[in-house]
Amino acid sequence: MLADPQAFQIRAADATDLEQVIALDERVTGTAKEPYWNELYTRYQTRRPKERFFFVAEEEKDDNSESIVGFIIGEVRAWEFGSTPCGWVFAISVDPATRLTGIGTALFDVISESFKKVGVHTIRTMISHKNHELLSFFRSEGLTAGPYLQLEKELN
Amino acid sequence: MKLQTASRLAIYAVLELAGNPDRQLSAAEISDKYDISTHHLAKVLHTLGRAGLVRSVRGASGGYTFSGNAKRTTLLDIISLFEPVDAMQMDGMEPGEHTSEGLALRSVLTEIDEITQATLNSITVSTLLKQAASKTAVAQE
Repeated sequence: MLADPQAFQIRAADATDLEQVIALDERVTGTAKEPYWNELYTRYQTRRPKERFFFVAEEEKDDNSESIVGFIIGEVRAWEFGSTPCGWVFAISVDPATRLTGIGTALFDVISESFKKVGVHTIRTMISHKNHELLSFFRSEGLTAGPYLQLEKELN
Repeated sequence: MKLQTASRLAIYAVLELAGNPDRQLSAAEISDKYDISTHHLAKVLHTLGRAGLVRSVRGASGGYTFSGNAKRTTLLDIISLFEPVDAMQMDGMEPGEHTSEGLALRSVLTEIDEITQATLNSITVSTLLKQAASKTAVAQE
């Protein structure tokens, strides 16, 4: 189902959005992490801003006020793990009440275009294999298993 | 990973029916396209019907329709109707698994199983239809 194009708009995040972004993230993940978000926003504004993207989806409510119903964050990373430059998406979230209305796809489309404009033609992310909903979302956007395997070890 | 024939037939049937939401298709129409046994497909459709994924319509112009949610039904949902996907947990202890070597081997195989399950559970009918359409476009170029 496609969302009503008038129902929401995608734009670059600004400082006034942070409070709602933090609240949405806490609602979805169950963890409040205000210092993380403040540090991330500052980093995105001040360092390599042309290769870092932070977009929000904003919905107009019945009383004409606006609320943030989704966000996506990503950046160009080069030569990590021997990889040529690629666009990493490391956060995406949509308000559970507005899912399956096209907001996630619209956010993904905007960040994909932004990566293309700076010369990047591969988009990459990492998802817990227990997060079926998010895995399904990225699959539906055309992402498939990439050439890397993520490995880790518990340090005792 | 090799799928059992019933699982493969079920996926084809679901894709065909979900991809033609305005039509009722007979088992023969589907089996013709994929060059598979109509008899075997009919059995598979029966199982899919009991799982609520397809509905059969009787009568001269009858056939089958998809009755699931294409954006929510995954390959794992379909395959697990016909074969165990979580083989490591289904089979219990395998020979030698009381040893440290057996346990080490089991943990590697469990890793593979978990990735397989996560992959199958992330591909919806709708995503696979989209992927098939893009392959058709490439084939026609």
